[in-house]
Amino acid sequence: MPPRLRMTGIAKRFGATAALAGVDLEVGEGEVVALIGENGAGKSTLMKVLCGAIAPDRGMMELDGRGYAPRTPLDARRRGVAIVHQELCLAPHLSVAENILLGAEPRRLGFVRRAARRAGALAALAQLGAVDIDPDRLAGSLPLAAQQLVEIARALAANPRLLVLDEPTSSLAADDARRLFAVVRRLRGAGVSIVYISHFLEECRVVADRFAVLRDGRSVGSGAMGNAGQSTLIRLMVGREVSELYPRTAHVLGEPLLALDGVSGRRLPRAATLSLRRGEVLGIFGLVGSGRSEMLRAVFGLDPIRGGSVSIGGREVTRASPRARLRSGMGLVSENRKEEGLALGRSIADNLTLTRLGRYARFGVVSGERQRVAARGWMDTLTVKARGPDQAVGELSGGNQQKVAIGRLLHHGAEILLLDEPTRGIDVGAKTHVYRLIDELATAGKAIIMVSSYLPELLGVCDTIAVMCRGRLAAARPAREWSEASLLAEAIGAQPVGAEHR
Amino acid sequence: MNETPGEIETSDAVASGEALGSRRPLPWRVLERLGPFLALVLLWLGFGIAYWACNHGPDAMDPWAFFSYRNSCLILSQSAIVTVAACGMTLIIVSGGIDLSAGSAIALCSVVAALVQLHGGGPALAILAAVGCGMAAGLLSGGVIAGTRMMPFIVTLGMLGVARGIAKGLANNETVNYAEAPGSWFSVLMRPYPLDADPGMLHNLCAHPLQAVAPGVWVAVAAVAIMATVMGRTVFGRHVYAIGSNEAAARLCGIRVPLVKIMVYGFAGAFIGLAASLETAKLHQGDPTTAGGRELDIIAAVVIGGASLAGGTGTVVGAVVGAVIMGVLRNGSQQLGWPTYMQEIIIGAVIVVAVGIDRLRLRASAQAA
Repeated sequence: MPPRLRMTGIAKRFGATAALAGVDLEVGEGEVVALIGENGAGKSTLMKVLCGAIAPDRGMMELDGRGYAPRTPLDARRRGVAIVHQELCLAPHLSVAENILLGAEPRRLGFVRRAARRAGALAALAQLGAVDIDPDRLAGSLPLAAQQLVEIARALAANPRLLVLDEPTSSLAADDARRLFAVVRRLRGAGVSIVYISHFLEECRVVADRFAVLRDGRSVGSGAMGNAGQSTLIRLMVGREVSELYPRTAHVLGEPLLALDGVSGRRLPRAATLSLRRGEVLGIFGLVGSGRSEMLRAVFGLDPIRGGSVSIGGREVTRASPRARLRSGMGLVSENRKEEGLALGRSIADNLTLTRLGRYARFGVVSGERQRVAARGWMDTLTVKARGPDQAVGELSGGNQQKVAIGRLLHHGAEILLLDEPTRGIDVGAKTHVYRLIDELATAGKAIIMVSSYLPELLGVCDTIAVMCRGRLAAARPAREWSEASLLAEAIGAQPVGAEHR
Repeated sequence: MNETPGEIETSDAVASGEALGSRRPLPWRVLERLGPFLALVLLWLGFGIAYWACNHGPDAMDPWAFFSYRNSCLILSQSAIVTVAACGMTLIIVSGGIDLSAGSAIALCSVVAALVQLHGGGPALAILAAVGCGMAAGLLSGGVIAGTRMMPFIVTLGMLGVARGIAKGLANNETVNYAEAPGSWFSVLMRPYPLDADPGMLHNLCAHPLQAVAPGVWVAVAAVAIMATVMGRTVFGRHVYAIGSNEAAARLCGIRVPLVKIMVYGFAGAFIGLAASLETAKLHQGDPTTAGGRELDIIAAVVIGGASLAGGTGTVVGAVVGAVIMGVLRNGSQQLGWPTYMQEIIIGAVIVVAVGIDRLRLRASAQAA
């Protein structure tokens, strides 16, 4: 008998990066397969291919032995493939019942049969054991966990043969998660096949029959869940050669520049405490959704701080605006370079000097020539490759764009640099340039916090590393005390790898 | 599952969230629901009292004329055209779009309706032609928006010029004057008070209740009923809300978003065509320069009625209230004899204040939820 799903040699490129480079996956009837891998390993892309949201460049898919090439999510749904997406995907202005049967409304002559819709929604919610959710309430007014359950109910309402759950417990409480596991077991008993994606290995061990590991867009291993220890899985997830070169000089640590004391945001982070010294590069690791970016935003004053304090050089700035923080010498490079970092259509000179244009102005009129001269100087210092200071930033490569973004903070005279994923979306050669720049800045006495999902670079570049898990920041430890496996284990919230055999 | 403190906290959040689901006191909820309608009543009372204050001298004829049957008929018939067009605009705005070409499209359709009658077609055929023309313009805009994923703002801004130009070209830059049979049903569509003040008016009203207001008002009522049913009860209507609320989610749920969008603009265009027919009946001619800037009145009516330009929310009934608010404003300032420039300033200010209050109200209820 053919398996429920067979994917072979799936490949997909986005521009220059290969998101998937030959993935094989097999799921049998009534089988739960845990799909695991680091952030950016390609799990979500693979599932988008499976549900017809994006088309693969190469590869074959079969469903119950028949060819399967969905062109739209509707195709996939008709073939019995349902997916619960990682990001919430509800229409907040519609009722719970409408959301559950969205796109599959019971109808007569174009009219919605409202009683049937309500009954169908109630049935799906009951299947989940989520009977406390009122089907007539607006989806947007529900708490996050309930919204997640509504989304799972939507997938169940389609009576799927193959169900994909992408991080289904990321916003569920322990009780709801346990109910979900019971549903997964029940569905498996009814012959439904399930692909279960989760960062939490403990969870995968509870629900899955088999596992499949992705790394850098490739399948690197699969097997029966029962035989695999946690350390085996972690090794499969991270096991890569360290091919990049990490320039590194000894940094001399000076006086403390930045101190966080129990900083809490609106939702994340929760009571983050750390201290950053002059000349220090502090790395922060955590899974997507752990609150790393939220913490940087709160520290820089972009999001409200609900508790705790931030001080720069001993002076409290908790309530200060981002503008005031910039003046006190703190700068942020957002992980979203294109939307929050740079004005892509403007020149390098404009972008570099944006925050202190007054320097180049006389009576309020900015002199383009003096701006260009200054920009040329910074471009030399940062080794930005471009035609000249007048070239639009959008035309530069990712690495050079990032140098301009960091250069703007330096031009402003920032002493504390908050870098969120500074090497995201730039190629390996350019990454080395960014690492070298960070190293030089630290040597010159700047203090740097670098958030990253890429373990080798954290271990290669940082002096100290702290791990964030579910909004909590653990104490920073020197980088040499960490390994990829121990960082990942801490981020997942598991026991240390060594302590597995009790 | 290992229970970390984080999970326990989320669980608390769920519990408190559900507890907050128990809603706020009844009077407050009634106020919330009635929001724009309450504003309409207050505005109407305000203008009526202001009129009395200005006209209650000994030689005044009727200090309460603002509240009279005749003036109410006038307000309703003046609001009818915007109401019909607002039905279509509500559909578009709920889908997350906008139509800036509504005013020009009204002129174009009204020229078409007049030309049909000029060349011997009957009024019924003229209305059909106007509706078809509005639908065609809407399908074109919708097709470009869905096909190229351009911003509706830009596409319909282009259509604003195109439709106005075609209207002027078709009409040779003049008004189109067709021969109208006196007293024909088309010619009285927009007569504000069909039962002109006659001694037995109350008696007449009871005998012919349907003739109490302009026939155009009944057209508007029918248009509202149709659109309210489509938006509230049909699969198509709910998909429009879903697209405006979260387009990505709608696509992933298998809704054919481009098709629905094209239908939205086409369907809305038909209502614009219907509004244009009323405009023709009111002017008794086709005027290619009519309704300039009317799209802003229409959009304002929809937004005052509680729709968000971000999409996903808004109702036809709300838009009707918005249209009548605009009608009361115009009528009231005319009755009080304010100069036109004052009317424009006041109407502009009222739009911003009304929408501002509505947003504050929504934010308050969102924080309570």
